[in-house]
Amino acid sequence: MLFMRQTLTIAGKDLRSELRGKEAINASVSFALVILLLFSFAFDPASDLTLEISGGLLWLVFAFAGALILNRSFSREQANDCLDMLVASPVSGAALFLGKVIANAILLTIVELICLPVFGVFYNVNWTRQLGGLFLVLVLTTWGLTVIGTMFSALTVNLRLRELMLPVLVYPMMIPGLMAAMQLTTVLIAGEPIAGDNMVWLRLLIGFDIIFTSLAVALVETVLVS
Amino acid sequence: MREKLLYGLALAGGLLLVRNLYVILLGFENEASQGAIYRIIFFHVPCWFICFSAYALAGGSSILYLWKRKTIFDDLAVSAVEVGVVFTAIGLLTGSIWGRIIWGIWWTWGPRLTWAFICLLIYLGYLMLRRAIEDPTERAKNSAVLCIFAFTSVVITYKAIDWWRTQHPGAVLSFRTGGGNIEPAWEYMLLFNFLALALLSAPIVMIRMRQEKTQREIDGLRRRTHEL
Repeated sequence: MLFMRQTLTIAGKDLRSELRGKEAINASVSFALVILLLFSFAFDPASDLTLEISGGLLWLVFAFAGALILNRSFSREQANDCLDMLVASPVSGAALFLGKVIANAILLTIVELICLPVFGVFYNVNWTRQLGGLFLVLVLTTWGLTVIGTMFSALTVNLRLRELMLPVLVYPMMIPGLMAAMQLTTVLIAGEPIAGDNMVWLRLLIGFDIIFTSLAVALVETVLVS
Repeated sequence: MREKLLYGLALAGGLLLVRNLYVILLGFENEASQGAIYRIIFFHVPCWFICFSAYALAGGSSILYLWKRKTIFDDLAVSAVEVGVVFTAIGLLTGSIWGRIIWGIWWTWGPRLTWAFICLLIYLGYLMLRRAIEDPTERAKNSAVLCIFAFTSVVITYKAIDWWRTQHPGAVLSFRTGGGNIEPAWEYMLLFNFLALALLSAPIVMIRMRQEKTQREIDGLRRRTHEL
């Protein structure tokens, strides 16, 4: 109970400080829109191809834009030695980590919910046909990506080359989740339900979330305490 | 004693490799459908075995490091990863050469190949992370955590041929297929070549561990000089 309260307190703190400054979320949404614009030059936006690669496009946008939010997650705490104070406080490393993951997942979901309609309008794609399934995939993948991103943000927080190292480490680790999400999103946007062969991808996505969340929760205390 | 062990292992590995090469190149007939190129499998498969074993060793020693906090486990982890990365590259290269001749293409984005490539990228990231952290304790701790995360990609690469339909040939060795997929003489040769490469890799890991230890001592002395 105490653990849950501590987790939610950290999440609330992170969300409040982000929503007051709106530094990361503004940058992330603007960056996502820029990538959506750039994609229109890479292929013919009016062609049928758009529907076939929609899952891939969307998750590339979310992954790149998400990195901006995740990058800030722990580095924001560096000013005035906030991170040391948080680690020294009676909050466990796992609660601190999960609190940050929840806050980051909410922020990333906001970015995704802004981008989806924009994507639909720009590329003339009706993405609402399997709304329930799409939100399930969105939530599961966002959680997995945020867990890895927040963990690696903690791992690289003290590095001089933090901004360079984080993408190099994070994107290859995110691939199982991204791969599954891209496949499932393409199917769902095409209006088909998740069934048959696609269940493998859903299982992969759930497995990805469970494995990386447990690994991260088990190891984060070690990373934070120096 | 340690020196003798190093040279002994390397010599045994070298001799076994020469003997294996002799049998592979001159003893075995060409394969009916693939011709001479099939012989690359005697290096390709053992290379991946070495690479999986090296990553497993690195993962294990990273867990031990976080548990015991002894620097020797960190030395072992980085040495094993470096050997693993080299063998991953050789594995990809030999596979690519075989693919060019049999499939007509150097590369295909099948799950096995893609995952092997992801594995290489993740472990290169591990080596880059080590270079980016100056404090030895911080470096050992953070890279041990990354190494444990990275091992998940090795498991996926290993199981990729079972989980997905892929252009990459399926498992050949009896312990995975139950036998019958490969001639016994070829299977023995794969295992012998694995042994030869393992005997050659062990001294490299040991030398690399000694270098890490020396490097740490030099860094320590340098810090003390700065303090003075």
